[in-house]
Amino acid sequence: MAYNSADIAAFKNVWVFCEQRQGKMMPTTFELISEGRKLADELGVELCGILLGDDVDGIAAELGGYGADRVYVYNSPLLKNYTTDAYTKVIVDAVEEFKPEIMIYGASHIGRDLAPRCAARLHTGLCADCTHLDVDLNGYVEFLRTGSNVDVDNTNFETKMFDVNTNLKMTRPAFGGHLMATIVCPRFRPAMATVRPGVMKRRPFDEEGVKKVEIVHPDFELTEADVQTEVVEVVKAAKKLVDLIGAEYIVSVGRGIAKDVEGGIALAEELADVLGGVVGASRAVVDAGWMTADHQVGQTGKTVHPKVYIALGISGAIQHKAGMQESEYIIAVNKDENAPMFEIANYGIVGDLFKVVPLLIQSIKDAKAEA
Amino acid sequence: MKIMVTVKQVPDTSGRVAVNEDGTLNRASMQTIINPDDLNAVEEALSLKDKYGCKVVAFTMGPMQAEPMLRELLAMGVDETVLISAREFGGSDTYATSQIIAAAIDTYGIDDDDIIIAGRQAIDGDTAQVGPQIAEKLHLPQVTYAGEVKKDGNVLTVKRMLEDGYMTVKVSTPCMITCIKELNDPRYMSFRGTIECWEKPLTIMDYNALKDHELIDATTIGLKGSPTNIYKSFAPPVKEPGMILEGSGKETTDQLAHILTGKHII
Ligand SMILES: Cc1cc2nc3c(=O)[nH]c(=O)nc-3n(C[C@H](O)[C@H](O)[C@H](O)COP(=O)(O)OP(=O)(O)OC[C@H]3O[C@@H](n4cnc5c(N)ncnc54)[C@H](O)[C@@H]3O)c2cc1C
Ligand SMILES: Cc1cc2nc3c(=O)[nH]c(=O)nc-3n(C[C@H](O)[C@H](O)[C@H](O)COP(=O)(O)OP(=O)(O)OC[C@H]3O[C@@H](n4cnc5c(N)ncnc54)[C@H](O)[C@@H]3O)c2cc1C
Repeated sequence: MAYNSADIAAFKNVWVFCEQRQGKMMPTTFELISEGRKLADELGVELCGILLGDDVDGIAAELGGYGADRVYVYNSPLLKNYTTDAYTKVIVDAVEEFKPEIMIYGASHIGRDLAPRCAARLHTGLCADCTHLDVDLNGYVEFLRTGSNVDVDNTNFETKMFDVNTNLKMTRPAFGGHLMATIVCPRFRPAMATVRPGVMKRRPFDEEGVKKVEIVHPDFELTEADVQTEVVEVVKAAKKLVDLIGAEYIVSVGRGIAKDVEGGIALAEELADVLGGVVGASRAVVDAGWMTADHQVGQTGKTVHPKVYIALGISGAIQHKAGMQESEYIIAVNKDENAPMFEIANYGIVGDLFKVVPLLIQSIKDAKAEA
Repeated sequence: MKIMVTVKQVPDTSGRVAVNEDGTLNRASMQTIINPDDLNAVEEALSLKDKYGCKVVAFTMGPMQAEPMLRELLAMGVDETVLISAREFGGSDTYATSQIIAAAIDTYGIDDDDIIIAGRQAIDGDTAQVGPQIAEKLHLPQVTYAGEVKKDGNVLTVKRMLEDGYMTVKVSTPCMITCIKELNDPRYMSFRGTIECWEKPLTIMDYNALKDHELIDATTIGLKGSPTNIYKSFAPPVKEPGMILEGSGKETTDQLAHILTGKHII
C-alpha cells in the first residue's frame, strides 16, 4: 500500500499544536513552542504553530515571542470548543496541505485524545507523553550521559535502518517510570509526539518575535456534518487550582500527616509560604480526601520540576517519584530512615515531621534574615 | 445491543520492577494483572448489562497465556471473550495494535446500538493511544476520559474529564468510550461466575481468521508494519546519593537552612 506519509522528502518544518481553551492559550503551548524552536534550529527549518478556535487571532502573535516563525490560524464557530472530529479533520487536512516533518502536541487530556486520532488517519507514528526530544545526535548522547544508565562511550548509535542525525528521537517513560524508551518514526512523516506538560523549559519571552511572526489564515473546509459529537457544556472547576507546574518551590505532604491531617497541611502551607511556594500531595493524601486532586504529584498526577521539592511524610513510591524526580533539589523529611524517598533526596532529615517542620520554618526564617 | 470491551493483560508495575542489563524489562520478575483502567471498562459494560440485559464481549490481543485472564472476565459476568493471538501480530506499536483489534471487532460485527469501551491507558505501554486509534480505524466517534456515562436510547451523555474541569458530550451509538478509574468501582468475580466461566465461549482469532480483513496488511501489522520503532531503551538515572543530616533537632534544621541559603538554593 502507498501512503502519502511515506514520501519523506516532501515534508519540511516543525509544527506545534497550540492548544487553547475558552480563547486562552494553555501554558504548555509556550513550552512546546520553546522546544519546537530548538528542534527547528537543529534541522535548519521553520517553526510553525497551528491554532484552532473561534476568533482566536488575538492570541496568535504571542507565540512569536517564544520562537514561532509562523502561525496558521483556523477560525470557525465549529472549533470554539474542542471536538475530536472537527479538530482531527482540520489538522489532518492542514498536514496534508503543508506537510510538516515533525508535529508535537501537549500531552493534555485534549492532546492525548487528538494526536492518536490524527496519527491513525495520517498513517504515521506517535510517541506518547515524551519528556525529552532531540534531532541532533550529539545532544541526545549528552542527554543520555547524565540522564540514563547507558555507557554512552561504548554504545553504537549508528544504524542502517535510518539516518540518526535527522530523525527525531523521542524519549519517554513507560512501565510507570521504571523504563525509559527512545522512539523513532523513520519511515513516515510527520513524526509525531505528545509532550508531557511542565517538562520542557519556556524560553525567555522576546518582544521582537511578536512583531516578526507571520499569521496565516489558510482556506479550509469544515461543516456540521463532520462533527459527530455535541458539546453540551464546558465546566471549569470552581476552586482555583493550585499551579504546581509553574512553581519554583513545592512542599508536598504524604500519608505521614495522618495523625493530624489539618495540622500537617497547615505546617506545609506555612513552610511553602516562607519559601514563596505552593503545596502538593501524594496520591494517598488525595485518595483519602484530605486534599483535592489538583495537588497530586506523580504518574497519575502532575509532573513538576521545581527548584526545590520538599517531601514531608511521603514514602517515595515509584509512581510518586515519576512526577518529581526531575526537581533540581529534593529534600525529604520522614520518620523511616529506609523510606525510598531518601534514595533520591539531596538532603534528608529522619524524624517526625510534626516536630521537624516547625523547627525548619524557624531556621529558614533566621537564615534568610541573616543572608 | 452489545457492549464490546478491550482488555489488556499487563505486568504489575506497582511493585519493584527489574530492568535487564540491555534495557529491556525483566517480565519474569513480575506478576501479570488485568490492566486497572480496563477493569473499569468491564464494570461499566456489566452495569449496562444489568440494566439493559445486553451481551458483553471482551477482546484482548496477546499471547495464548492470556486465557486465564479471560476466564476471570467471564467469571465477573462477561458473556463471551475473544483472544486475538498470532505471531504476525507481535511487536505491534499502537498504530498496528489498533489496526488489528479494530479488524477483530469489525469481524465480530458492530451493530448500530453497540458501544465499545476501552481503558484510557495501559500501565505498561502507558500511551493511551489504542482507544482513539481503534475508533479512528472503525470510523466511530469517540469520547475519552469518561468519568460518567448516561444512556438514553441510542444517545450517551458522557462527562469527559479535563485537567481544569469537565465537558459534557453527547454521542450516538455505535461509539468508543475510554474510561478512567473514577468512572466506577469494579466488581469481583462471583462464586457462581467462577463455575459458569468454564461453559462460556472463548474464541481465538488467529492470523487466518483476520488476514482477509481490509485493515490487515503486511505493511500495517506487527513489528514491520509499525510506524514507530524503539531506538534505545534504558533505566532512568539513579541520582547521586544525597546526604542524610544527623539528628532532627534545631541544630539539624539550622544546618539545612544554612546549606540552602549558602548555595543560593533558597
Ligand atoms: C497505577 C498507579 C498510579 C499511581 N499514581 C500515583 C501518583 O500519581 N502520585 C502518587 O503520589 N502516588 C501514586 N500512586 C500510589 C503510590 O504507589 C503510593 O501508594 C503513594 O504515593 C503513597 O503515598 P504516601 O507516600 O503519601 O504514603 P505511604 O506510602 O503510606 O508513606 C507515608 C510515609 O510517611 C512516613 N511517616 C508517617 N508518619 C510520619 C511522621 N509523623 N513524620 C514523618 N514521616 C512520617 C512513613 O514513614 C512513610 O514513609 C499510584 C499507584 C498506582 C498503582
Ligand atoms: C517501552 C515502550 C514504549 C512504547 N512507546 C510507544 C509509543 O510511544 N508509541 C507507540 O505507538 N507505541 C509504543 N509502544 C508500543 C505499545 O506499548 C504497544 O503497541 C501496546 O501494545 C499498546 O499500547 P499501550 O500499552 O500503551 O496501550 P494504551 O493505548 O495505553 O491502552 C489503552 C487501552 O487500549 C486497550 N488495549 C491496549 N492494548 C490492548 C491489547 N493488546 N488488547 C486489548 N486491548 C488493548 C485497553 O482497553 C487499554 O486500556 C511502546 C512499547 C514499549 C515497550
